Amino acid sequence: MVPIVVVVVLLVLIGLVVGFVVARRRGDEIAPGEPTPTAGRSAGVAVEERPVVEAPVVEAPVGEEPVVEEPVVEEPVVEEPVVEEPVVEAPVGERPRLRDRLGRTRSAFAGAFGRIRGRAVDDDTWDEIEEALLLADVGLPTTRRILESVRARAKATGAADSDAVIDLVRDEVVGMLVDDTLDGELRIVAGEPNVWMFVGVNGVGKTTTIGKLAAQQGREGRRVVLAAADTFRAAAADQLALWAERTGSRIVRGQEGADPGSIVFDAMAAAGGRSADLVLVDTAGRLHTKLNLMEELSKLRRIVDRTEGACKEVILVIDASTGQNGLVQARQFTEAVDVTGIALTKLDGTAKGGIVLAIRSELGLPVKVVGVGEGIDDLIPFDPAEFASALFEPDGA
Amino acid sequence: MFETLSDRLDGIFSRLRNRGRITERDVDEVAREIRAALLEADVNVRVVRAFIDRVKAAAVGAELSKSLSPGQQFTKIVHDELVNTLGGTTGKLTMSPKPPTVVMLAGLQGSGKTTAAGKLARLLRGQGLQPLLVGADLQRPAAVEQLRVLAGRIDVPFFSEATDPVAVARGALEEAARLGRNVVIVDTAGRLQIDTDLMDELRAIADVVQPHNTLLVVDAMTGQEAVNVAEAFNDAVGLDGVILTKTDGDARGGAALSVKEVVGKPILFVGTGEKLDEFEVFHPDRMAGRILGMGDVLTLIEKVETTFAEEEKRRAEEILSEGRLTLEDFLEQMQQVKRMGPLQNVLGMLPGMPKELKNAEIDDRELDRVEAIIRSMTPEERRRPELINGSRRTRIARGSGTSPGEVNQLLKQFKQVQQMMRGMPGMAKRGKKGKKGKGPRQPGLPAGIPGLPSA
Repeated sequence: MVPIVVVVVLLVLIGLVVGFVVARRRGDEIAPGEPTPTAGRSAGVAVEERPVVEAPVVEAPVGEEPVVEEPVVEEPVVEEPVVEEPVVEAPVGERPRLRDRLGRTRSAFAGAFGRIRGRAVDDDTWDEIEEALLLADVGLPTTRRILESVRARAKATGAADSDAVIDLVRDEVVGMLVDDTLDGELRIVAGEPNVWMFVGVNGVGKTTTIGKLAAQQGREGRRVVLAAADTFRAAAADQLALWAERTGSRIVRGQEGADPGSIVFDAMAAAGGRSADLVLVDTAGRLHTKLNLMEELSKLRRIVDRTEGACKEVILVIDASTGQNGLVQARQFTEAVDVTGIALTKLDGTAKGGIVLAIRSELGLPVKVVGVGEGIDDLIPFDPAEFASALFEPDGA
Repeated sequence: MFETLSDRLDGIFSRLRNRGRITERDVDEVAREIRAALLEADVNVRVVRAFIDRVKAAAVGAELSKSLSPGQQFTKIVHDELVNTLGGTTGKLTMSPKPPTVVMLAGLQGSGKTTAAGKLARLLRGQGLQPLLVGADLQRPAAVEQLRVLAGRIDVPFFSEATDPVAVARGALEEAARLGRNVVIVDTAGRLQIDTDLMDELRAIADVVQPHNTLLVVDAMTGQEAVNVAEAFNDAVGLDGVILTKTDGDARGGAALSVKEVVGKPILFVGTGEKLDEFEVFHPDRMAGRILGMGDVLTLIEKVETTFAEEEKRRAEEILSEGRLTLEDFLEQMQQVKRMGPLQNVLGMLPGMPKELKNAEIDDRELDRVEAIIRSMTPEERRRPELINGSRRTRIARGSGTSPGEVNQLLKQFKQVQQMMRGMPGMAKRGKKGKKGKGPRQPGLPAGIPGLPSA
């Protein structure tokens, strides 16, 4: 038997409490005759902030000094960085083509299109194209928009067979992803402080992506500092430390539960004075629905921003198998820390990562790098044309 | 406004004029809408098709309800079919008559296997079993370390070795025998289902440990891909169940339906957070509501039941029936609400909450401030807030570390709330089952709550 009365009371009381909270937030009204509230309305308030629930400890106990660890490899003194050979053999400087990496993906996907190809266009064709896009996690609204546009173009150009239509679809997708005004490259400026922050929900591949980028940047002659600002997850710093070792990067880490802000601060200090070219900040995975964690993230960004212009990239890492929630993630993280680009990971699987279309379309966020495996070299730049082509290419092409 | 599937369907049905029985044409009209809703929820395209066929079968010929709107009735049919598909009964782990019972976790990279292993170990230990945690993920840097730390936190023995996963599996059984553990939980490396080498390795591990429970760990935010993964893992090693993780996010979780449809085995557990106690048994009805975007009322009710002790419940009922609320009462009730977890999460469970509210950034620390203000009042002031003048306000503000303006605002708000509370007794009487009034009615949020956008 459901005690409806209790539910009502609960709803009312939640309403009351929320009403207070929301109203206070909304109306900064001062009752007539009241002295003006001081600037310390929200900040600098004497009330000790006790976390209401167990959240990852944000405020560290004073005195936790983050540790700057040097890798086993000798500190590079000369221009030529002394880097340990990466575990995976790969010729330095050559990057695997997306096409090759997507070998399996392409045939899996192209298989779908293989059926539709080489026929006259009919209702079934459109249905199957729609299904293929949906299967790629493009999402219904974006799929509909693409098809609408393609239908119009098909009509205008008199496209009669399915091959031609599929080409139009591919062009449409490429069109959505290509934009000359947007910066598809990861931004780094010589002689300036450069910080790239990596954010995202749990398990998407932030740490691994950082490791790969550290390797890449190291190969290009840059000195990298890794900031282990995930102080929540067990052995997270250990994981990043292994990447530091593999890539010859320095790492700044602290105790578990330490204040991530202090790690960021110390990492930037460690890189300061031209002693490093780039700081890569690994943050704890967090669901965008957790407000206190998102606030913590905003705070981390603010710490980086204290050095004007240092924050060159805030990369949202997204797992290619993520469904429509990826768009929500992108929205929320952008609101919290002003994301500059996407790292799309695990594209070596059968997932297509179609959600990046909606993210691009709605938020204008470009995909800057693509992860195609767990190995140190499994990172490639995002090429819209290659991406779309590899997906819609007919078998054997 | 928060628009539910029910609302959208009503919009469609308002165009239809027939009454009596649901016709096939009616169903076709709404099928598109239902399909959109399910796709939005990440249910696999092909699963959606099969599912809607079943809904059609259930709906056509059904008599139109007198008490529900067509939209509501249809939503109910969809909901019920979802519940059926997601699993009629709550599944359980298979325990072996001859110990140890072996559980093997498998899944893609990043799905949450390691954390789930820790959670499962904790749960089983709490049930009086003696688990052994096995770190067979030698692929991901520091994965073994992660699991070791988790094992330490829950005081469960841990085993791994720096050889290879199959050898670890073998060693684990020996270790379990040596330590007399009756459950062995094997965490494996994340792997792509198309990676034939790694899938072979998984089979090899399974051959060695002979799991009684092979569980696929799936991230609740997984999209269309879920079907491919589930199918492949099932074909490779045979799945006995599923663990759905990261359900504390706002992903609708359609992957759950896809996986269940494809694998046919029950979803056993859901992960509801990063901490080891954030692990629950799967409830198909709650998941159904979530997939349909209907909020999670049942979880909410359960939370109320557990956090509000009998005494507080009685007091709450009293407040409701008397229609009087003092600041003291409010303070007490607020403690209960605080114990229910982050306010944002609780709000998220309420269906029919205005969207502005759901998205409003509710900081739980605001609760603390309100509390501090009330605590800085004397008992007399709490009973009779009209006593509070300028100097008292200043004192209260100083004591709570806020400003007189904030104190004043709180009092004004509270006064409005008190006025609203006077309307409560009428509602309470209607609400109580078996008492006066026409049976149970689900009251929504009363209008005129100060600060809330009007519904």
